[in-house]
Amino acid sequence: MRENSALLEEIPGSRPPLVLGDADFHTVTEQVARIVEVKTPRPWVILLSAATTLLLLLVGSLSYLVGKGTGVWGLNHPVGWAWDITGFVFWIGIGHAGTLISAILFLFRQKWRTSINRAAEAMTLFAVAAALIYPAFHVGRIWFAYWLFPIPTQMSVWQNFRSPLLWDVFAVSTYGLVSALFWFTGMVPDLATLRDRAKSPIRRVVYGILCLGWRGSHRHWIHYERAYLILAGLSTPLVLSVHTIVSFDFAVSVIPGWHTTIFPPYFVAGAIFSGFAMVLTLMIPARRFFGLESLITRRHLENMAKVIMATGTMVGYAYGMEFFIAWYSGNPYEQFVFVNRAFGPYAWAYWTMVSCNVLIPQLFWFKAVRRSIAAIFVISLFVNVGMWFERFVIIVTSLHRDFLPTSWSYFRPTLVDVSTFAGTFGLFLTMFLLFLRYLPMVAMSEVKQVMPAASPHEGTVHARLGGAHVGA
Amino acid sequence: MSAPETAAVEKPFALVGYVATPREIVAVCDALREEGYRCFDAHTPFPVHGLERAMGLPASPLPWITLGAAILGAASALLLQWWTSAVDYPLNIGGKPLFSLPAFIPVTFELTVLFAAIATFLGNWGLSRLPRYVHAVPRHTEFGRASDDLFFVSVEATDPRFDPVRTRNLLAQAGTRDIQEVSL
Repeated sequence: MRENSALLEEIPGSRPPLVLGDADFHTVTEQVARIVEVKTPRPWVILLSAATTLLLLLVGSLSYLVGKGTGVWGLNHPVGWAWDITGFVFWIGIGHAGTLISAILFLFRQKWRTSINRAAEAMTLFAVAAALIYPAFHVGRIWFAYWLFPIPTQMSVWQNFRSPLLWDVFAVSTYGLVSALFWFTGMVPDLATLRDRAKSPIRRVVYGILCLGWRGSHRHWIHYERAYLILAGLSTPLVLSVHTIVSFDFAVSVIPGWHTTIFPPYFVAGAIFSGFAMVLTLMIPARRFFGLESLITRRHLENMAKVIMATGTMVGYAYGMEFFIAWYSGNPYEQFVFVNRAFGPYAWAYWTMVSCNVLIPQLFWFKAVRRSIAAIFVISLFVNVGMWFERFVIIVTSLHRDFLPTSWSYFRPTLVDVSTFAGTFGLFLTMFLLFLRYLPMVAMSEVKQVMPAASPHEGTVHARLGGAHVGA
Repeated sequence: MSAPETAAVEKPFALVGYVATPREIVAVCDALREEGYRCFDAHTPFPVHGLERAMGLPASPLPWITLGAAILGAASALLLQWWTSAVDYPLNIGGKPLFSLPAFIPVTFELTVLFAAIATFLGNWGLSRLPRYVHAVPRHTEFGRASDDLFFVSVEATDPRFDPVRTRNLLAQAGTRDIQEVSL
């Protein structure tokens, strides 16, 4: 117990423990399972009411769109894509941090991921759901959305498999499904914990069915661990491919400002950047509200701040490189688009993007900023805003001044554009709040694995030397 | 605790007990394996590393299922794109070849991952014979803590070396607590 007093101190930077305090396995179970077992907290009900109100706004906006047609959005000629595709890329990008944390950091054996991966994966799923709203409704006649899939019809027509938009259908639907399978697989042992702790018969039956009758058998764990590793291995190239293909929607076209080879890595870095910002925006209030400070520690927040700083710098490099290539290409249309982007009618959006994405995250070079939870939270909000603007800038500034000045216009969103976008937040937050309340938001079985006591060598000299640094 | 009658007519399904640490569960499983037991299992809140060695379990064959499904996925995707684009509905787009492989790579990749992931998911539960909602081992009165902080061991009566008394003694010697006979 003596050395445990050191664990109560939390000093980011010196490889502090992943689980703080005098925690044993039961403490972890108690801390996490309690969240879904206590009486419904009042603030949660208030937040859920707000979220479902926004969700109703989404339902109303989309119903109006289906009734009237896509003309209710502010699209014009030549801006045929604006807030809709901006929202789509924004939400897909946010989803990518969940997969990065759950899969890529798993493959790199970054054990600090264990306390945040469940919530981040949930965020992925809900963000993909919010993203899918846009392409689905942008087709206009949504009752024909199944034409996107290669299903035989009486028209004897097939999809054009050379089109990036069709690649997108396959990429995003695969991504959504694989993320759901990975998320569910990871949750089964924790659902069994909830079943075993359930007091009411309804909970016991519901969690019992969901956990598939899991009984922690080691004969099952060997398959389970292998499945988890394989799913992580599959998700890693998948997540990179998804945003690569999303960027192909633009890069494969011949529009100046879109037709660039830097797009795939630039979009992937931007996706991770925005996703980590959203994880922080959600987890900082959640850890406080649910008292999870000892599981989601300041070290976790600091690590995520570092990822934001690194990916923000990459995005800044991409912004600069786009300008360089526009100049270097000698293509006057390309050059015009970029000068117009920074100094044209949308300069306000461009400089908002640069400030939020490139300048503000540089504050994370200062240790004091990385250690200030309030500062991290505020910067994460700026990044969320900045990354929405990035997609808006790429899409609208490249379109609004076509090759001929007769085809120039200025895009203004309509009320329905705004209400649809606000509504997707309602969808996302409603699902996230339900997740927080009814499913284990921290992967208990995984957190227990990274505790020093989980080693079969616990209590030996080897464990005492290496155990506390198990996450290093 | 007096030993139950060895001449009991109906055999229980298993003897189940628990220990409190990962180290002890590895020791118990080591002892069982060294005594020649095969039909026993450990039930733990998280995968305890080294247990597969202590239990003498082979590696999971799951990667082969994944590989098979991945190959099937890639082949299906190429077949689908070739048949729809070059055979059933040939459409000249920008003068590109009807079977334009580079343009077909993204969908091929996505379907490879999709098939592989679904097969891994189903294969994982299939190999473990889950879902299974009725089982004898969880009848141990403390078994709810197998998903919390205790490490359970179960020795099934079908094991040729199983004997209600000797097995119980062996488990107890290895440190197992609260050994109970369970049956459905």
